[in-house]
Amino acid sequence: MDLLVQATLNGLLLGLVYALVALGLSLIWGVMEVVNLAHAEYLMLAMYATYWLWALGRVDPLVAAPVVLPLFFLLGWLTYRVLVRRVLAAPMVSQIFATFGLLFFLRYSAFAAFGPNVRGIWQSRLEGSLTLGPWYVGVPQLAAAVVALGAFALLWLFLNRTKTGKALQATAQDRVVAQTLGIDVEQMFALAWGVGIAAVALAGISLMPFYQVSPTVGDAFLLIAFASVVLGGFGTVAGALVGGIGIGLVENVLGALIAPTFKLLFAFAVFVLMLLVRPQGLVGE
Amino acid sequence: MKRISRRRFLRYGGAGLLALSGAERLAALASAQEPTIPIGVVYPLTGALARIGASIKNAVDLAAEIVNTPHPELDPLVLARPAGLPRLRGAKLRLLWADSKGDPATGRAETERLIERERVVAVVGAYQSAVTATASLAAEAKGIPFLNPESSSPKLTERNFKWFFRTGPHDVTFTKLFFDMMEDLKKRGHRISKIAILSEDTEFGATAVGVERVFAQRYGYEVVATELYTSPPASVEAELLRIRRSGCDVIFGQNYLVDAVLITRTLKQMRWFPQGLIVHDAGWVVPDYLQTVGDDGNYVLTRVSWALGMGRRKPLVTRVNELYRQRFGTDMDETNARSFTGLLALAAAINEAGSTRPDAIRQALAGLSLPGRQLIMPWEGIEFDFRGQNRHAAGLMAQILDRQYKVVWPFSLAEADIVWPAPPWERRG
Repeated sequence: MDLLVQATLNGLLLGLVYALVALGLSLIWGVMEVVNLAHAEYLMLAMYATYWLWALGRVDPLVAAPVVLPLFFLLGWLTYRVLVRRVLAAPMVSQIFATFGLLFFLRYSAFAAFGPNVRGIWQSRLEGSLTLGPWYVGVPQLAAAVVALGAFALLWLFLNRTKTGKALQATAQDRVVAQTLGIDVEQMFALAWGVGIAAVALAGISLMPFYQVSPTVGDAFLLIAFASVVLGGFGTVAGALVGGIGIGLVENVLGALIAPTFKLLFAFAVFVLMLLVRPQGLVGE
Repeated sequence: MKRISRRRFLRYGGAGLLALSGAERLAALASAQEPTIPIGVVYPLTGALARIGASIKNAVDLAAEIVNTPHPELDPLVLARPAGLPRLRGAKLRLLWADSKGDPATGRAETERLIERERVVAVVGAYQSAVTATASLAAEAKGIPFLNPESSSPKLTERNFKWFFRTGPHDVTFTKLFFDMMEDLKKRGHRISKIAILSEDTEFGATAVGVERVFAQRYGYEVVATELYTSPPASVEAELLRIRRSGCDVIFGQNYLVDAVLITRTLKQMRWFPQGLIVHDAGWVVPDYLQTVGDDGNYVLTRVSWALGMGRRKPLVTRVNELYRQRFGTDMDETNARSFTGLLALAAAINEAGSTRPDAIRQALAGLSLPGRQLIMPWEGIEFDFRGQNRHAAGLMAQILDRQYKVVWPFSLAEADIVWPAPPWERRG
């Protein structure tokens, strides 16, 4: 029982971080049906940005967001303007290759710029853990989870309570109709990229107090993000949330109860099952 | 225009040709006095392991330099005194570096390239057991000696390869250290009976797990949990939860850098630490580990095959390290000290062979006998058994104390007293 509760706690916290990673992936697909294979590379870049802020300027990850987020919003926006826009009309295969190429471009740029070393920060203000009876909660993990929940809440408000957010939703539903209604679809696409990449950057910042960055760190997260999106439902914000938590729980609870060796296997078994049984995902339509 | 007569043409032309061939012969003579011996060196120079690859490269380059130029101050280090290889008229080693990228397929392809295109007479490599396994396969197929200084999978020398030699210890020797140390601790009155294993799941980790289980049975310990994960893991919480619940006394670990940091941090968050965390070097001895976790890394016990602290008993260690420090600004580490020694052993064998023919080098390696005092290792020497394993390769146990790796076992060689059991987190400074 103790084990189950602890594993559920761990799964929940980690799942929220997964959800935040998956959010941008889902959003970008939802708005313009482009699969961004380079998604986790932005996570890596954001982790580096957080690391260097800390290493060079002693900026704690706790307060790195105001610097990093606008930068990555811009980066996402630029990615759309420079690369994605040009392949938008091309067949799906071309889009996939474009983002696949982007993945390698970003990864090896990071190798060239930062070297292959694994880098982590220490003495962040977020350290240690809280004990709750026989259980514990890691402080940086808890902070990351709270940040993720906050980000989801803000995004929900933005999408449902602002004119721009509603325009973004309209674009996602039908870009032709949206265009005839006077919505600048191009701007909406760029916005989706900006917001999506900023979201994954936020995940990167939150990870830094307890995880380390190297140019290949994306590998640990890209497939998990895809599994989350498939589990929750491709293209919806709620789907990313449900899916991320779901994968985090499956991994930790089944891992702790049965065998951690197979925790990724469990996650991807759920992924395949979902595709077979309910391809639209848990909260998809 | 003045016409050149045929006779004149022949006279000058002939003289010119003669002069030319003479010059060529002279050049050949000059180069025969100092021919170079091409040796292939395969390590992960880019990719996730590039940092360790770079430190290995420093050590191997330094070893080649010590062979190639006179270093009487490093006496009695093997081949330090003369310039080049005396039995090959002072021939110098020429290292040809190849990058395995940490990938077995690349390691093998690069080894093949070195042998076929660069015509190397022997190959040294390749740090990771998985890469050494494939790279040495290429050398075996081509009949070129392959010397491995630092891979620790026991399987490598169980393949009945004719051309494979390993100077360093392997996991069986290393794992035996864990148990012999625990036996000594039990004699001091500590109660240790249950072992949990937490390991990455490639050749390195998975093989070590097998060896640990066999030894546990032989020494009468119970393995209460075995958790394997794929490195780098997104988290190790599920693994450590199960391990804590298993009620183990010690954890054995085979882990790379990201994993090692994650394990340390997770243990701290759980506010739990076993009596002993005993690990196979790897990520736990990369300098970044202690830099990242700081004092939280204290009390981890790791096997090492070399430690700077040995310098007190063996001044040669300090002198070589001084030279290394001058060049590269850091100390040698226990991995690249093995690589350094590996290249020296190969050079000694080539010198013994007095020839650069691969079969002569192989013969010399098989019969090599280097005494321990000519090495910077804590070994009795280097002599290969019929499998190509150095029968004298052994290790030490070091404990991280105050952010330093101190030799703590065997007790007779210890530079600091072992702290056992490790204090709980609350009682650490």
